[in-house]
Amino acid sequence: MSTPAIAVEDVTVHYGDVLALDKASLTLNHSRICGLVGMNGSGKSTLFKVIMGMVKPDSGRVLINGQPPVKMRKDAGIGYVPQSEDVDWAFPLSVRDVVMMGRYGHLGFTRRPRKADRDAVEHALERVELSEYADRQIGQLSGGQKKRAFVARGIAQGATMMLLDEPFAGVDKRSEATITRLLRELADNGATILISTHDLHALPQLCDEAVLLMRKVLMHGSPDTVLQPENLAMAFGLDVMNRG
Amino acid sequence: MEFLLEPLTYDFMVRALATTAIAAVVCAVLSCWLVLIGWSLMGDAVSHAVLPGVVLAYVVGAPFALGALVFALIAVTLIGVVRNTSRVKEDAAIGIVFTSLFALGLVLISVTPSQTDLNHIIFGNLLGVSVPDLIQVVVLGVVAFAILILKRRDLTLYAFDPTHAHAIGLSPRRLGALLLGLLALTSVVALQTVGVVLVVAMLIIPGATAYLLTDRFSRMLVIAPVISVVCSVAGIYLSYYLDTASGAMVVLTQGVVFGFVYLFSPRQGLIGTRLAKARRKRAIATATAR
Repeated sequence: MSTPAIAVEDVTVHYGDVLALDKASLTLNHSRICGLVGMNGSGKSTLFKVIMGMVKPDSGRVLINGQPPVKMRKDAGIGYVPQSEDVDWAFPLSVRDVVMMGRYGHLGFTRRPRKADRDAVEHALERVELSEYADRQIGQLSGGQKKRAFVARGIAQGATMMLLDEPFAGVDKRSEATITRLLRELADNGATILISTHDLHALPQLCDEAVLLMRKVLMHGSPDTVLQPENLAMAFGLDVMNRG
Repeated sequence: MEFLLEPLTYDFMVRALATTAIAAVVCAVLSCWLVLIGWSLMGDAVSHAVLPGVVLAYVVGAPFALGALVFALIAVTLIGVVRNTSRVKEDAAIGIVFTSLFALGLVLISVTPSQTDLNHIIFGNLLGVSVPDLIQVVVLGVVAFAILILKRRDLTLYAFDPTHAHAIGLSPRRLGALLLGLLALTSVVALQTVGVVLVVAMLIIPGATAYLLTDRFSRMLVIAPVISVVCSVAGIYLSYYLDTASGAMVVLTQGVVFGFVYLFSPRQGLIGTRLAKARRKRAIATATAR
């Protein structure tokens, strides 16, 4: 059997007295798209941070391609699409500037881009259909375009693993379709994709598998199985699918 | 012409202008990041907290910059400790630490036998800049400026998205520390010009003004220093002819220009945006009336 892309083994994380992850375990293979489902405070963000190596587990360990996360970071292999609330949309950067930041891990001391980097950025912008908006300030995009800009950053980076935090919150249908198609293409090319989402309806079309998180991994299987009402009730404590 | 050249016949005025121009450029470049990260209060804190370091360096004959760096580090560490290990919030932690360190500096000055006038440190001593002072400002200014420009892309990434910086193998902590170190260096440069109390103005106003004028960070890095130098030189000339306090005049000029930009900037200005809104409303009204 090949080495899994992500192996989270019995990871426990505390913030002070608060237990954020409780012996969470998760194995994810290459070329798979996995949806991470859980309510606020279920540890989704913490799990992302542990995988990126930003938070050190109190116990347990994380292996990316069989190695500690730091190796993958140094290779600039991890692409990250932040939640909208975590971005300063008034920051004076153009869409192209943001996508170029995906290349920084491959650049030298002053991060001066070369022609190959500029080409990679233009190519990524084309793939997310944002070429005509490349010179806009990032805040002047629609919700869906904003997300696509960050996906383009991951593409320009050449990320073999993408972590997306609520990529469909406030996103129009066209952007959602574009992002879904792009993620599928990336996965078909071998990338591993982990998506945290509240959008349970989109899950079956988007994901190969789904994970139900409530500080520990309650369930890991096909989206249809995981989204069974009795399973969701376990994670959310109520019937979300009928709530609208 | 005579108006501009007359002050230059005095050596002390030439030194004052040179010092101010250098401080203005370095502070303005740094200010672009400070206003975007939201570190204005941190700038205020560090620029005050370096005072005991400067005084101690003076006593033992070490370079001022070294003492300033050490105390900037102490200040930042203390702020972090108070914030993380008690229920006191960050703004209060900053307030407590920097005023205490500043007070320590004042106490040290009062027990240190020296010719250094307290007023000169608090309000700057622009017209009394000696040649060694000028050399120190030039050296520190060039070092800080060079690092800021060489590392500008990393610093901008750090300001915009530290998580991504971490994900691609950079260290946000180290970049933050670099920026704080440069803040300490720059505070020493600006101390000479406008004094401890007004340093923070040079560290905030130019970046904030440029931010209202452009949507491109690369342009902010040009606009901020240009505005800052023009304001500073104009401030010194005004103080020369109006016979007013020079450091204060520099800051006052920057403040007035900010006010002007705040009101009249085409894209972000109060009046510009109001007019645009009214125009849109009228356009909609005519369209619906038809």
